[in-house]
Amino acid sequence: MHQIQNMEQNNDGGMSQVRHVVLVLSGKGGVGKSTITTELALALRHAGNKVGILDIDLCGPSIPRMLNVGRTDVHQCDSGWVPVYTDADKSLALMSIGFLLEDPDEAVVWRGPKKTALIGQFVSDVAWGELDVLLIDTPPGTSDEHLAVLDNLKKHRLDGAVLVTTPQAVSTGDVRREITFCKKTGVRILGIIENMSGFVCPHCSECSNIFSKGGGEELAKLTGSIFLGSVPLDPLLSTSLEEGKDFMQSFPDSATFSAISSIAQTLLSSLQTP
Amino acid sequence: MMADVPDNAPQHCPGTASEQAGKTSSCEGCPNQKTCASGATKAPDPAIAEIGAKMASVKHIILVLSGKGGVGKSTFSAHLAHALASDNTKEVALLDVDICGPSIPRIMGLEGEQVHQSGSGWSPVYVDDNLAVMSIGFLLSSPDDAVIWRGPKKNGMIKQFLRDVDWGDLDYLIVDTPPGTSDEHLSIVQYLSSTHIDGAVIITTPQEVSLQDVRKEIRFCQKVKLPIIGVVENMSGFVCPSCKNTSQIFPPTSGGAEKMCLDLDLPLLGKVPLDPRIARSCDEGKSFLNEVPDSPAAKVYLNIVQSIKDYCSNRVTEDQSTT
Repeated sequence: MHQIQNMEQNNDGGMSQVRHVVLVLSGKGGVGKSTITTELALALRHAGNKVGILDIDLCGPSIPRMLNVGRTDVHQCDSGWVPVYTDADKSLALMSIGFLLEDPDEAVVWRGPKKTALIGQFVSDVAWGELDVLLIDTPPGTSDEHLAVLDNLKKHRLDGAVLVTTPQAVSTGDVRREITFCKKTGVRILGIIENMSGFVCPHCSECSNIFSKGGGEELAKLTGSIFLGSVPLDPLLSTSLEEGKDFMQSFPDSATFSAISSIAQTLLSSLQTP
Repeated sequence: MMADVPDNAPQHCPGTASEQAGKTSSCEGCPNQKTCASGATKAPDPAIAEIGAKMASVKHIILVLSGKGGVGKSTFSAHLAHALASDNTKEVALLDVDICGPSIPRIMGLEGEQVHQSGSGWSPVYVDDNLAVMSIGFLLSSPDDAVIWRGPKKNGMIKQFLRDVDWGDLDYLIVDTPPGTSDEHLSIVQYLSSTHIDGAVIITTPQEVSLQDVRKEIRFCQKVKLPIIGVVENMSGFVCPSCKNTSQIFPPTSGGAEKMCLDLDLPLLGKVPLDPRIARSCDEGKSFLNEVPDSPAAKVYLNIVQSIKDYCSNRVTEDQSTT
C-alpha cells in the first residue's frame, strides 16, 4: 500500500500538465485505430503541438512499430515512468506495453484484472510532462481496458473520443455499439473517422470501394455525431507505417496527407471549443 | 496462467487455482482468502465435465484465431461454415464468442434473430437445416446494444454457450473468437479442455503490423497446447476490376504469412485475395461462395476448406490407430 500512496503524491508528474486527452475507439478490430492514432499524432506535431500517445492495447500493441521505436527500455524517474520519445525535441512521447516485453513475440495472456492494474499504472505513473494533446489508443471492444482507462481518467481529464470505422456495415455495426458505450459512460464523441474508404488503382486510377463506401458519414448522421473525414486506402501509408517512417514528411503531396491534416485541424478546433 | 483472478482480488493475486492460492503475502486482506486457502477453488470447475459430456456428440471442433482484429476471422469462420455445410450429410454449427463485437449474425444474414429457450437449453438459430449459429448478438434487443462487460461476465457467457446450448449431434463446431489473447481465449480453451479440439486456424493479413500480433497468438497456442491446423493470409493483394493489375494494399514487407510459416514451421493453408464482393456479401449476409463461385477468392477458400477437412479426418484415423 505504501507504493500506491507514493504514486499519488507524485501525480503532478503524471497528467497534470496534459492539456487535452482524447481516446481513439472502435468496436471493431483492424479498422485502423493505431494507424489513425499514429497519423493524427504526427499531423498534430507538424502543426506545432507537443503530443503523447498511450497505447493500452495490451495483447496487440502496434504503436511502437508504427513509430519505429521497437526495442527501447522504459526508465524510471522521480515522477514515474519516463515515456519513450521518438525525436530529439521530445515533441512526441509514447508509452506502450510493447516496451515492457523482453521478447516481441511474447504473448500477454492476461485476464481482465491484470490488464486493469497495468492500465491504472499507465494512466497515473507515466511522467508525460507538458503535452498539448495525449491520444489514447485502445484495443477493440467495450470491456476491461476501456472501463479501466475511463475509471482512471476520472481523476485527470478526458476531452472525449474519436471513433474509427471502415465503411462496411459489419464495421459500422460494431461502432454503433461503441457509441452506446460512450453514451452510457458519459464520454463526449468528438467525431467519427472513416478509414480505408476507396482504393485508387495505381495502374489505371480507377477507384474501387473495397470495403464499400460512405458508412462512416451515414453513421455520423444517424447518431448526430460530427464526421471528421475519410482516409483512403493507400499502400504508401501501409508501407510507411510498416517501416515506422513519418508519412507526413515522406508524402506531403498525397491525398491521404491532406485528409489526415484536415482531420487533425478539425479535431484541434473542437478541442479548443468545449 | 490458466488461473482465475476474481474482480475483487489484490493486484498480485496468484490466481484462485494456484498452489499458492490463499497463502501468499498479497492474499492478506483479500475477501477470498479463506475460500482459496480451503482448497475449494483448486478443484476443476464442474462445468468443464458438463461441457465434456455435452460435446461428446461433436466430432470436430475448430477454433478460428488471430491476435489482430479486423483481419477477417468472422468472414473466414462464416465461409468455412457455409462450405462445410454445403455437404448436406454434415451437421455444422458456428459459435461466435466475440462478446463485445459480434459480427456473425450480420455476416450469416441473421440480424434481428432471437434465441429460443427449449426444454433442452437454448436453441441456436438455423441458417439451413444443417447449419446452426449461436452468438451474443441473438440475445441483444437492439443492434446498438453495447455489451460493456469485464472478463468474468464474458467467461460466464461462454460457459453457457458451450454447456446450455442445444447443439445436438454435430460433425463440425467452428468457434469464432475476438482478437487478442485474453479472457475469451483462455476460457474457451479451458472449458473445452475435457473435449478434443482438433485445432486452430490462424488468420492474418500480409503486413508485419498484423504478423507481429499473430506471432503472439501462435505463442499462446503453444502455451495452452492447442494444435495449429494452419495459417490463412487474408487480404492478400487486390486485383483491380478495371485493369486486372494486382496491387499490394497491405504490403508483405517482412515476407508475409509465407515467411512467418516457414520460420515457425507451420502450414500456410492459402492466400485469399481482397475482393470487394467479399465485403459486400458479408454486409448482405450472403455466402460469397454462392454469390461468386467462380472468383479466384472463392477457389482459394474452397482449397483451404478442403485442407481443413483433410486435417480433421487424418486426426480421426490417427486417434483410431493409437487407441
